[in-house]
Amino acid sequence: MARKQVTIDGNEAAAYVAFAVNEVIAIYPITPSSPMGEWADEWYSANRKNIWGTIPLVQEMQSEAGVAGAIHGALQTGALSTTFTCSQGLLLMLPNMYKIAGELTPTVFHIAARAIATQGLSIFGDHQDVMAARMTGFAMLCSDSVQEVMDMAMIAHAATLESRLPFVHFFDGFRTSHEVAKIEQLSVEDIQAMIDEELVLAHRKRRLTPDSPVIRGTAQNPDVYFQGREAVNIFYQNCPSIVQKVMDKFAKLTGRQYHLFDYYGASDADRVIVIMGSGAEACQDTVDWLIKDGQKVGVLKVHLYRPFAIEQFVAALPKTVKSVAVLDRTKEPGSCGEPLYLDVVNAFVEAGNGWVPNIVGGRYGLSSKEFTPAMIKGVYDELLKGSPKKHFTIGINDDVARTSLVYDRNLSIETKEGVRALFYGLGADGTVSANKNSIKIIGENTPMYAQGYFVYDSKKSGSVTVSHLRFGPKPIHASYLVSKANFVGCHQFQFLESYDVLKDIEEGGVFLLNSTYGPDEICQIIPRTTVETIKNKKLRFFVIDAYSVARKVGLGQRINTIMQTCFFAISGVLPKEEAISAIKETIKKTYSKKGEEILRMNYDAVDHTLVHLHEVKVPEKITSTVAMNHAIPAGAPEFVRNVTSIMISGQGDNLPVSALPCDGTYPVGTTQWEKRNIAQEIPVWDKDICIQCGKCALVCPHAVIRIKAYDAKYLQGSPSTFKSMEAKDRDWQGMKYTIQVAPEDCTGCGICVDVCPVKNKSETKLKAINMKPQPPLREEEKKNWEFFLKIPETDRNAVKKNAVRSSQALQPLFEFSGACAGCGETPYIKLATQLFGDRMVVANATGCSSIYGGNLPTTPYTKNNQGRGPAWSNSLFEDNAEFGLGFRLSIDKQKELACELVKKLESALGTQLVEEIINAKQVDEADIFQQRQRIEILKEKLKNNLSADAKLLLTIADMLVKKSVWIIGGDGWAYDIGFGGLDHVISSGRNVNILVLDTEVYSNTGGQMSKSTPRSAVAKFAAGGKSMPKKDLARIAMTYGYVYVASVSMGAKDEHTLKAFLEAEAYDGPSLIIAYSHCIAHGINMTTAMQNQKAAVASGYWPLFRFNPELLKEGKNPFQLDSGVPKGALGDFTGLENRFKMLTKSDPEAAKRLYQLAQQDINQRWQIYSAMASNLQNDNPAPQGGLSAKGG
Amino acid sequence: MDLSTTYMGLNLRNPLVVSASPLSRSIDNLRRLEDAGVGAIVNYSLFEEQITNEIYEMDHYLMAGTESFAESLSYFPNPSETNIGPEEYLEHIHKAKKSVGIPIIGSLNAHSDGGWVTYAKQIQQAGADALELNIYFLATDPLVSSQRVEEIYIDILKAVKMNVTIPVAIKISPFFSAMANMAVRLDEAGADAVVLFNRFYQPDIDLESLTVIPNVLLSTPQAMRLPLRWVAILYGHINANLAATGGIHTPEDVIKMIMAGADVTMLCSVLLKNGADYAADILEGVEQWMKEREYVSISQMRGSMSQKFCANPESFERANYMKSLRSFH
Repeated sequence: MARKQVTIDGNEAAAYVAFAVNEVIAIYPITPSSPMGEWADEWYSANRKNIWGTIPLVQEMQSEAGVAGAIHGALQTGALSTTFTCSQGLLLMLPNMYKIAGELTPTVFHIAARAIATQGLSIFGDHQDVMAARMTGFAMLCSDSVQEVMDMAMIAHAATLESRLPFVHFFDGFRTSHEVAKIEQLSVEDIQAMIDEELVLAHRKRRLTPDSPVIRGTAQNPDVYFQGREAVNIFYQNCPSIVQKVMDKFAKLTGRQYHLFDYYGASDADRVIVIMGSGAEACQDTVDWLIKDGQKVGVLKVHLYRPFAIEQFVAALPKTVKSVAVLDRTKEPGSCGEPLYLDVVNAFVEAGNGWVPNIVGGRYGLSSKEFTPAMIKGVYDELLKGSPKKHFTIGINDDVARTSLVYDRNLSIETKEGVRALFYGLGADGTVSANKNSIKIIGENTPMYAQGYFVYDSKKSGSVTVSHLRFGPKPIHASYLVSKANFVGCHQFQFLESYDVLKDIEEGGVFLLNSTYGPDEICQIIPRTTVETIKNKKLRFFVIDAYSVARKVGLGQRINTIMQTCFFAISGVLPKEEAISAIKETIKKTYSKKGEEILRMNYDAVDHTLVHLHEVKVPEKITSTVAMNHAIPAGAPEFVRNVTSIMISGQGDNLPVSALPCDGTYPVGTTQWEKRNIAQEIPVWDKDICIQCGKCALVCPHAVIRIKAYDAKYLQGSPSTFKSMEAKDRDWQGMKYTIQVAPEDCTGCGICVDVCPVKNKSETKLKAINMKPQPPLREEEKKNWEFFLKIPETDRNAVKKNAVRSSQALQPLFEFSGACAGCGETPYIKLATQLFGDRMVVANATGCSSIYGGNLPTTPYTKNNQGRGPAWSNSLFEDNAEFGLGFRLSIDKQKELACELVKKLESALGTQLVEEIINAKQVDEADIFQQRQRIEILKEKLKNNLSADAKLLLTIADMLVKKSVWIIGGDGWAYDIGFGGLDHVISSGRNVNILVLDTEVYSNTGGQMSKSTPRSAVAKFAAGGKSMPKKDLARIAMTYGYVYVASVSMGAKDEHTLKAFLEAEAYDGPSLIIAYSHCIAHGINMTTAMQNQKAAVASGYWPLFRFNPELLKEGKNPFQLDSGVPKGALGDFTGLENRFKMLTKSDPEAAKRLYQLAQQDINQRWQIYSAMASNLQNDNPAPQGGLSAKGG
Repeated sequence: MDLSTTYMGLNLRNPLVVSASPLSRSIDNLRRLEDAGVGAIVNYSLFEEQITNEIYEMDHYLMAGTESFAESLSYFPNPSETNIGPEEYLEHIHKAKKSVGIPIIGSLNAHSDGGWVTYAKQIQQAGADALELNIYFLATDPLVSSQRVEEIYIDILKAVKMNVTIPVAIKISPFFSAMANMAVRLDEAGADAVVLFNRFYQPDIDLESLTVIPNVLLSTPQAMRLPLRWVAILYGHINANLAATGGIHTPEDVIKMIMAGADVTMLCSVLLKNGADYAADILEGVEQWMKEREYVSISQMRGSMSQKFCANPESFERANYMKSLRSFH
């Protein structure tokens, strides 16, 4: 019987097999392997069964270290168990992996191989992680394509049972894990046939059980450990032949024959590349092309990397081979060569038959760097040389160590067959979803093969996506981006200004543009160079006003179905009628579970599209005078002009090694140079009704609303539309006041308008700040913004920090981040930088805040006019509290040393200065200002002092000025993976400020459950609704008694948030601020999200409080409950959020049950807190919100 | 004493019917209402617009922010099965029928052409004994004439009647220029009952926040005068049954409505205020009143004070209004 053809990605392929043959699955999110865990959890929630007819248990852990422990335990007690991970996650599993292997325990870990954080973090694919696991004793099996992922997953699971060696099954992160391809799916019968039940029983028999007890995990002494370690050798010797046997069995079943090493190419090849992973596919394509050109080349694909089978390796190669290039997708600095290279060299030598070709090693493709046929040909060409370069790099320009090979970047081997399409879209417009759909349509409805790969943005708002699709009659091995497209779709008109979308289109190709301009005028409107390309390359050019069609059929901004229909209509990938009916069939499949109405709208969209699609006749004479816009604003620093700007323009691949810092150190404040212009609408200030409360600036997630109070003289020369009014604050009497918007940096979220408390008396829909279309305002507001920046910052000493209205005149030192529009986290960070930015050192846990805080090309932390600002770094996910404590210890030590030196140098400095410096309190802004002045005097006095003490003191004198250490991260870090460290750090008593941006899920990896997730919320890894209550981190921290703890919600009570930040920072000990942060992962309207915060507090869901140990000294109750008695029921809040409502739709019964428990959770918590607060004050009665109240 | 009545061919033990309201949200409440003695219950309304909105909303939030950033290509698990249609409502009707012995009347407020018929059929299939069409149509569009509005009502009714076999009542608003004519037309279009009258949500202005707030006010006793008049006028002129709703709070109100010609009297506000059990008190009051005045059955008094049978029929017409005005001066 023919097997089912499916179009899925590598992650789903691996999870499909893993779920079928396991009983216990432990998971933890990490990009790009998270989807494997998500699939497992979704199937678990949907009661899918494994091949033994039982539903595997899926358990999320607190970290990958936890996962490895749980898997180890599950295996030891006899279950079949698996997990999915990569990168830092795999590193955290290493200790257990040694144990699992040492105990000869069958399991398979599926790895979407990813880079390791070194000079920078990278979420993208290479083999650095799996290479770090090669000494654990796990066998390692590599897949090169999506089909292979499914096949090798199966082979690994079968082979592990027989060989007793645990397996790492790995494939390239993103390139394979996220590539959507048409593959043949193994049937349940196939999987059953591959699993030997006797071996499963054997595994069970080895389990730990009190019914037949044994002991494992003993401590061994010098007498026997060594021998015990060697006792496993035979299993490693047997493993390769077992794997080959399983591969042969698999081939009989499916017709797909694999070997430990698969050779592809000329049987008389003289040059061969040895490689593993997706790059091998590209090599295969290139080998075909080169052989047609008469070249004698081949590629050896390594599948079983560990144990490395020397005999089979050597046997797999033609004996004609004279030179070998071993390509490693990893880097091992300081070694004699990368691991695969060393293995190959050793294999030839050890094979002992005297045949040792010329072997060179090279690195390629780190962090998903493209690996193209052009590069591969470059490698083969290098092998033609008498002495090819050893330890080369390919794909970059290494102008420092000169490792890189030169290759012809313009070479493309794309064939004439099939369709290669490129689509430029915005994340929000549904382009990628539509393309995934198109692949399904073609993959599942025609005999054609299909492939899709998607390139995403480094920003979370206004993100550009580029989809690379291939369709053709033969299996597709092109594991690289589309280079010669015969179809390009540009789904956003404005891209033409910034991107050369036609650079990869081939002559005679089809270009589809979504445009409000019709076929008659379009050629005057788009850039001249675009029209020239259309003309010169003889493109067929089509336009459609997709937004107008979408509006007409009720789809709003989602143009996916419309653009997809256009693609099918004009690309020729399928006959038009067939394509349209296939689209409708797919729409039915995709949308029917979303309801009749959605289905109808999408059908209507298909029907309306074709009449609105027009072919453009390009005029003989090109009249457009529009130019593309690549401008980096004048005045940008050199690094930004020479390096950052190249990255911004999407040409970062062209930067040579010398352009990049060697140690990962980058200048701050670079977002200001990347004018993204992504907002359709921006806020406009109405000074006539403004009450100067400062709330708009406070909540602005991107710091694009700025406030200054200044002397009237600075208004001289102001642009005509620059707005100013008398400052209302008594401290600023006689001064002018301006609220200015950065028009090109705004994301248009509108959250400022929502919080504005003022209403226009004649037209109540208007406020003191209102959204208006950006394009007509852009130029004048740009001038106003530039003028505003030139006005001196309001004197920090003249700003009352303890009131929102005045505090917002403080300069934010965190601006224009790449966070989502309307982000709920960034306003807290921005506030901290306003209050303490000039003395902050930030340790940032990996997650959203490290991505919008530190993802290249541009970063938002910046500095003030004195050159001071937050110094920021990200270490890891799990170690952030410890990393921050390290800052504190280091700073404290340096300060101590500086004090010692100051005392030593008393004679040079003068007693008064010494005493003032050493005894400076530095509690408030003025104290710190004075201390800075003292340090300046100190430096002046010592500048000519040649003593060693003076020299040393000059290097650390700045440490005598207070430094504010901030440890920032999300709930995934604080509640889960980093909790142990956080707990230790707060117990240390050291003066650190911990800010937990609590979104109640792992936001950055796409909304997986953390221990902060509340009961009844749906999240990934909690598809059936979280069944246990939220962990009360604050209460745990309060048990120490000496930790300042605050629970805040800016949207509910901004003054309270401000007060907590000031108190926390002032407290000379550990402080923990848990900040409610709304998030796109809550399924909410981000524009009105501050109202959700209000509802969260009002319902008792998120109580506001402060625990200030300072109050104990005054004999007072340190705990202050700052929010009122809960009003109404939990449902008043949960009803606003999809994360709760979703369960009422997917499982109404569970929703009711969990809702009631969730209401009990908050009632109980309130009772506890009010009891704590009434220790000295009795004014907080128990809540009235009842269990009988309405449902979520 | 015979309190029974017939409503749309359904035999009711008495004319007290609970109108579509939150009272019918829980099965427990339905049982309590049955125990309190009511004759039938109109289930709360199925609002098509709400269903559609929920679908839009869920679709929107499941898609928002997806496929934008490589680490978070989506934010929610894919719901394998979702209950976004009328399933919950239909399940409720099904359970209601299993739980109580008195008739359960479904109530439908659709807004699309297809919606009325589709959902009406589903409600029938779920086991409802009858269906009440709760047409909420506020003619805010200045281009839509009164004739068009009337046609919409007739069209909906006809379409539903063609597709279901259970009796169909139509609940209308009092805002027709020609109420009597409208009632006759609905009767001709096949209405098994006309329910007088629907009360629309009445917005209010919050002076603190300067926002318009939707507001549902419980009916006042005075509200019954409007349905009382039209029940009295229509009695005997149409074949469809007459249901009176709005402001019926006391046994006396029930009796008045029946005397005006109502086949059933619908209760809501009074039960929301006093609890489901209060229906028993009203029923007892009706019985007591009838006993004291030696009425033996409901049918005996039905229509006795209608315009057709009362001594001063002109009192239900405009002259009555003139007179009452005069009485103030």
